[in-house]
Amino acid sequence: MHPASFGYEAPASLEEVFGLLRQHGEDAKLLAGGHSLLPAMKLRLTQPEVLIDLGRIPGLSGIRQDGDTLIIGALTTHTEVSASETVRNLLPGLADTASVIGDLQVRNRGTMGGSVAHADPGADLPVTLTALNASFMLTSAEGGRTVAADDFFVDFFTTALEPHEILTAIHIPLPAAPTRTSYAKLPHPASGYVVVSAAAALTLDGSGACTGARVVLGGVGGTPHRATGTETALNGQALTPEVIAAAAERAADGIDPHADSYADEEYKRHMAAVYARRAIEAAAARA
Amino acid sequence: MEHPARPVNVTVNGTSHATEVEPRLLLVHFLRENLGLTGTHVGCDTSQCGACTVHLNGAAVKSCTVLAVQADGAEITTIEGLADGATLHPVQAAFQEEHGLQCGFCTPGMVMTAAYLLETRPDADDEAIKHALEGNLCRCTGYVNIVKAIRTAAQQPR
Repeated sequence: MHPASFGYEAPASLEEVFGLLRQHGEDAKLLAGGHSLLPAMKLRLTQPEVLIDLGRIPGLSGIRQDGDTLIIGALTTHTEVSASETVRNLLPGLADTASVIGDLQVRNRGTMGGSVAHADPGADLPVTLTALNASFMLTSAEGGRTVAADDFFVDFFTTALEPHEILTAIHIPLPAAPTRTSYAKLPHPASGYVVVSAAAALTLDGSGACTGARVVLGGVGGTPHRATGTETALNGQALTPEVIAAAAERAADGIDPHADSYADEEYKRHMAAVYARRAIEAAAARA
Repeated sequence: MEHPARPVNVTVNGTSHATEVEPRLLLVHFLRENLGLTGTHVGCDTSQCGACTVHLNGAAVKSCTVLAVQADGAEITTIEGLADGATLHPVQAAFQEEHGLQCGFCTPGMVMTAAYLLETRPDADDEAIKHALEGNLCRCTGYVNIVKAIRTAAQQPR
């Protein structure tokens, strides 16, 4: 299978990218790792006139801690994130998420920024990054802006990114109090995409009470879904099995999951509660 | 609309190649058709099966999901470049020893993924081997001996 014919640009700087985006407008697509875009082009689901390859621009990949923020370059691969000691120590839930995306070869090419910008409703990272209260650095010729994950994902394959903007980095706040993170996923047995998944980020005080909870579901709509009923039920509570079970039961409140040939709505509602519980249990069990 | 060819300079199995290709040419077709290296197979053509796995700058990748132009400047190893002359790579020898194949179609990809795994995780246990093989499909379902072969290769002194 071959993609439709296209022109290829390999700019060496963001300034060159801005110029190419001005020149080609919506006929151009940005290419990061290519593991969402190239399959879609081979199936002729999309036929861009021009591909702008970001892969030769220095400075767009890497992981570093800057004070109380972890900054991950948009072109950092899933393999790099899952293998990073920094990520494993600070945000094990993120490392776990990166380690179950696609398969080994896909993780060697696929990038954080590419996955986030593509906003596939069956993707893993948007779920966890929303739980981690991440924000996305969007850069353009005019400067830049950061958009919180809660506001970034708009609908199926639709984000707050404007056509002239490039997602250049992901910023994840590192709370002063210890925060425990986890990710639990029910993958589709053939594709590996999310059927239902849940990410949890729980902040605990010295007594073990939960002082802040973010619990987010994947696979139950066009965007990651904050399970606010579950979060409310955890806040201020010691995380006993009873508290976790009761909170997880509320995960499906207010969701309207789309049925598909593999999972109907009732099944997804049930799995939402099951995977929310597993994610909370896994986060609570982190030392 | 015609789109201009783009230069591609790559080193494949230690040999440099300088040429120009159509931007939409996939790396797997560049290897098979332009360079005649047909050991790299096209199975599913949709990034699922892993038969097209090669090493791109040392990392196992699915060459059906990489453009040849993206590989410009890269070092590539294919199944043809894995053995050292007449001496098989330890993973190849282990596949032979443990009968880690039936029809053989998936084998080049399995071997390339396994060789990468043992480069990055020489101590890989069965669980790690199975996790690493998630992107390689064997339609003969001969996975037991494939995992056994990789375990044997992992236990070879290196």
